[in-house]
Amino acid sequence: MSIQAVNSDQQALEAAFQAKVDAETKIEPKDWMPEGYRRNLIRQIAQHAHSEIIGMQPEGNWLTRAPTLRRKAVLMAKVQDEAGHGLYLYSAAETLGASREELLDGLHSGRMKYSSIFNYPTLSWADIGAIGWLVDGAAIVNQVALCRTSYGPYARAMVRICKEESFHQRQGYEIMMTLAQGSAQQKAMAQDALNRWWWPALMMFGPSDKDSPHSAQSMKWKIKRNSNDELRQKFIDMTVPQAEYLGLTIPDPALRWNAERGHYDFGEIDWAEFHQILQGNGPCNRQRLRTRIQAHEEGRWVREAALAHAEKQRLRAEAQAA
Amino acid sequence: MSSRDWPLWEVFIRSKQGLDHKHVGSLHAADAQMAIEHARDVYTRRLEGVSIWVVKSSDIHASNPDDKPAFYDPAEDKVYRHPTFYTVPDAVKHM
Repeated sequence: MSIQAVNSDQQALEAAFQAKVDAETKIEPKDWMPEGYRRNLIRQIAQHAHSEIIGMQPEGNWLTRAPTLRRKAVLMAKVQDEAGHGLYLYSAAETLGASREELLDGLHSGRMKYSSIFNYPTLSWADIGAIGWLVDGAAIVNQVALCRTSYGPYARAMVRICKEESFHQRQGYEIMMTLAQGSAQQKAMAQDALNRWWWPALMMFGPSDKDSPHSAQSMKWKIKRNSNDELRQKFIDMTVPQAEYLGLTIPDPALRWNAERGHYDFGEIDWAEFHQILQGNGPCNRQRLRTRIQAHEEGRWVREAALAHAEKQRLRAEAQAA
Repeated sequence: MSSRDWPLWEVFIRSKQGLDHKHVGSLHAADAQMAIEHARDVYTRRLEGVSIWVVKSSDIHASNPDDKPAFYDPAEDKVYRHPTFYTVPDAVKHM
């Protein structure tokens, strides 16, 4: 076949693919897809999976120090869910031809990213409340939008995750409510946590649309369904009244209702901080990765032993059958 | 796939007695017993199932999506397989 014929074949395939996406037909693992679509999806899904797995650390930090048995059981269930969500997402990425080992190598080597939010420390119990309320709240806004993403396995994982995740936000808000209605000292703890988590939570939606390198193509392919700025605005509009109910103050002097826009106006995000953290210079970047790599290395003998055991069982069963 | 990863398994769950097992996703496990236990922990943390099947992904054979038009062609022009193809007079009941 001539080069021209190959090129026109490629163009026809791409046009047919885009028509499917435009018609809201889901793309499934064995369907033809452009290489860029596959790469972009693996990057986004893996980054999402890594975030779930790394996200277990800041909360795990408080498992042994939760104030009551009930709080401890709830937090344990939440951290287990995060592990489960990571696994759903790794599986979705693997349907695109990435192996689990490659994905984990990508995380451990720093080649692949996870959400910058998990590089902040959890200094007090109130941080567990703020994370559930704000971080899971922001994640839910993002994930609800992704339930309609064009890639079938990713969309199905998102639906499952959204169902499970609403308890995460509620348990966080419940912690904040208890503290906000408690002693002056408890209320101050809640306010301090809000002060520290508010801006990082807004950064979770990623760079502003004008600075977001992957956005336009991802929107065209319907990998992403809403822009970063749209989702950020939605989160702010939802969350401000929740903070008012708690009697807490959002740490943004520029925050005010804009009746004309029908949205809250808000102050400028410190993007320099965001980029510092993405480059590995946040308060906990090194600690998070070190803990993850250590867990992986220390589990190696278990993974190998399980494989050896399975092989021995298989050979024994074969010998008995013969 | 890398040889160092545990094999991949597809997970099917019967959500309640009387319904079919339905594909819910996949996971890695060294053997079938471990795959079932992992499936319990990953896919039924909120009592989503009463029965779990696991099948090694490499044992699944699938139709080819590229053949879709030709492969399903035989059913395409047979509208008479559907009850709505037939006209039943209003006077005729219970049909």
